[in-house]
Amino acid sequence: MRRGNIIKLVALVLLVAAAVALSIKPLVDPVKGILLGLDLRGGVHLVLQAEQDKKGTAITRDDIDKAKAIISNRVNDLGVSEPVVQADYDKKRIIIDLAGVTDPDKAVDILKTTAKLTFRDPQGNVVLQGDDLKDAKGGQGQGQGFVVNLTFSSNGAKKFGDLTTKLIGQRLGVYLDDKLLTNPTVNTPILNGQAEITGYDTLEAAAKDAVLMRSGSLPVSMSIAEKRQVGASLGVDSLNKSILAGLYGLIFIFLFMLVFYHLPGFVADFSLIVYALIVLWVFWMFRVVLTLPGIAGFILTIGMAVDFNIIIYERVKEEIRAGKSLRAGVESGFSRAFITVIDAHVTTLIAAVTLYAFGTGSIKGFALTLGIGILASLFTAITFTRLVLRLTVGINPKMNTRWFGVRRDV
Amino acid sequence: MEKTGHAATYEEVQKLHPLYFNIVKKRYWWFAISLLIIIPGIISLFMQGLNLGIDFKGGTMLDVTFNKAATQATITDTMKSVGLEGQVQLSNGGTTALIRTVALEESKRNELLKALETKVGPYNKTNLKEDKVGPAMGQELTRNAIYALIIAIGMMIIYITIRFQFVFAISGIIALLHDVLVVIGIFSLFQWEIDSTFVAAILTIIGYSINDTVIIFDRIRENEAKMKRTDSYEDMVDKSIWQTMRRSINTVVTVLIALLSVFILGGESTKLFSLAMLIGVFAGAYSSIFVASQILFEVKKHMKKKPRKGGKVIRA
Repeated sequence: MRRGNIIKLVALVLLVAAAVALSIKPLVDPVKGILLGLDLRGGVHLVLQAEQDKKGTAITRDDIDKAKAIISNRVNDLGVSEPVVQADYDKKRIIIDLAGVTDPDKAVDILKTTAKLTFRDPQGNVVLQGDDLKDAKGGQGQGQGFVVNLTFSSNGAKKFGDLTTKLIGQRLGVYLDDKLLTNPTVNTPILNGQAEITGYDTLEAAAKDAVLMRSGSLPVSMSIAEKRQVGASLGVDSLNKSILAGLYGLIFIFLFMLVFYHLPGFVADFSLIVYALIVLWVFWMFRVVLTLPGIAGFILTIGMAVDFNIIIYERVKEEIRAGKSLRAGVESGFSRAFITVIDAHVTTLIAAVTLYAFGTGSIKGFALTLGIGILASLFTAITFTRLVLRLTVGINPKMNTRWFGVRRDV
Repeated sequence: MEKTGHAATYEEVQKLHPLYFNIVKKRYWWFAISLLIIIPGIISLFMQGLNLGIDFKGGTMLDVTFNKAATQATITDTMKSVGLEGQVQLSNGGTTALIRTVALEESKRNELLKALETKVGPYNKTNLKEDKVGPAMGQELTRNAIYALIIAIGMMIIYITIRFQFVFAISGIIALLHDVLVVIGIFSLFQWEIDSTFVAAILTIIGYSINDTVIIFDRIRENEAKMKRTDSYEDMVDKSIWQTMRRSINTVVTVLIALLSVFILGGESTKLFSLAMLIGVFAGAYSSIFVASQILFEVKKHMKKKPRKGGKVIRA
């Protein structure tokens, strides 16, 4: 019995140590690891609000869907890993999260372009609409420099053919709203719907214009209702500071538990490591995006996870004082503490769920970490803490109760 | 329930704590202390309100780190040159400027940044922080927060009523409102700025406060069931509070350790958030020990009196 328990405990400690060692790499992997919010690695968060035109035409679900598709298209061209584009049909909004984007200014520049694409003749008359354009791509030209390749729809190809025949030798302006994007000269009539705009110095410049042309016009005009932008180095700074804060918090809690609860304090610290590991893996599994308030919520749940241990140990102490044996004390203390904790945790969980349902943005992330933390702390206490406590007590049932912080003389 | 030994008596519980004193008897003192903090806060709320950030009011906030120290005047002048007005707050030896103004369109925002770069000096682009919130979004946040609060409180009342009694639920909720009022009052008194994370902090305080209170209520529920006819409810409540005292203190200490480390090491952006939590958790621990159970006792005392007049005896 005794030796068996010691072996089991040692095996458990080794197992947890191995789990910690093996977890670090996959969890902090920049690409596949836990997702960090834009406040922790820089980036931009945008809420675009669809606005009714002057005539007051209703905005349909379809409009929002189309706008979302176009915006997703633009976002994908930015080359951000795991961009988020969500549609809020009720409020007629599109929410964009670009964490880790290197040049947020440029990203916003491309995204906010809600303008209508038009082709105009030298007199400024609109001769072709953006809807007729099927595709636009930046690329290497045949000669020097870079080009934008345009592909028109069959209808557009016909119109473009007529147009280029008429405007030969003249300039054909490409406009986004009233902003001139480029003003190429028509060299030959283009009848097959495949045009090429030459004269770009860099591929980047060509690609940027191509993106703007390709995305064409959004079905509704959109304004930026909310924008949060964080510089990359500022994000890294916040991340480092929060990790440091978490680390120091943990160390002091560990020491506190050891000083006040001796042997069970050690069990509590051990359980805390398992708890933190479970929470982080759950974040990883469900692709929870970790934000600053999220980290704060996580640190708070560490406090609550410790609370569970404190309640158990205080109860065990009481049971032993009431004359129970160590083992009986642990068993009844544990089950009684569990009833206590369930009620307390469920009430907090109710708050977390309400927050998640009604909160927006970072509040949602915070509620999620809080909720996951509460459930994980229950799970860890029921499975792990109980097992370790039983094994520890089982080593020697006549173990000095002083190790549990109980003074027999009282 | 106990097969061996016996449950601790009131006297034993008293002896176990070197600092024992009767908490329930002194309850009017505790109420007075609470009011001493809450009333100035409420007066301040009516007089000067809260210092609402752009998350609620709408606006643009730019956090610019210049390469060289800047002055308040040059920044304000630069803003005027592009037709803008607003607050400027310098820190870090004048290199970091926090600029608040109305919600800016992208073109206006770029114009301002360009003007700052040429007139004030170059700034670190990777350190730029910007928040823009349209006025409608701010109202939505406030509305959602109030909805969340009402729904959460309603659901918690239902849960506690089912698991305990309605009186427990009401006492717990009063203690919880106490904590919220303390935090909001102090933030109003000192005019600390409130942003969206403050809402998260308040809602967490609610979660924590009720959690803390329920632990003590659980003990009262347990002891209430074991009460004999001659036992006084007052003593039973006092005993329950002291039986859970170690836990109450140790838990709040660990949570405060965690929050203090976030407050001290967590950087500027989490400062006010962790400060709100620190105050709230402290108030939560106080109200759990000194307020919630005493309110419960007061209500029970009055409930007990009334039926007696009707000639019926109900054990509270």
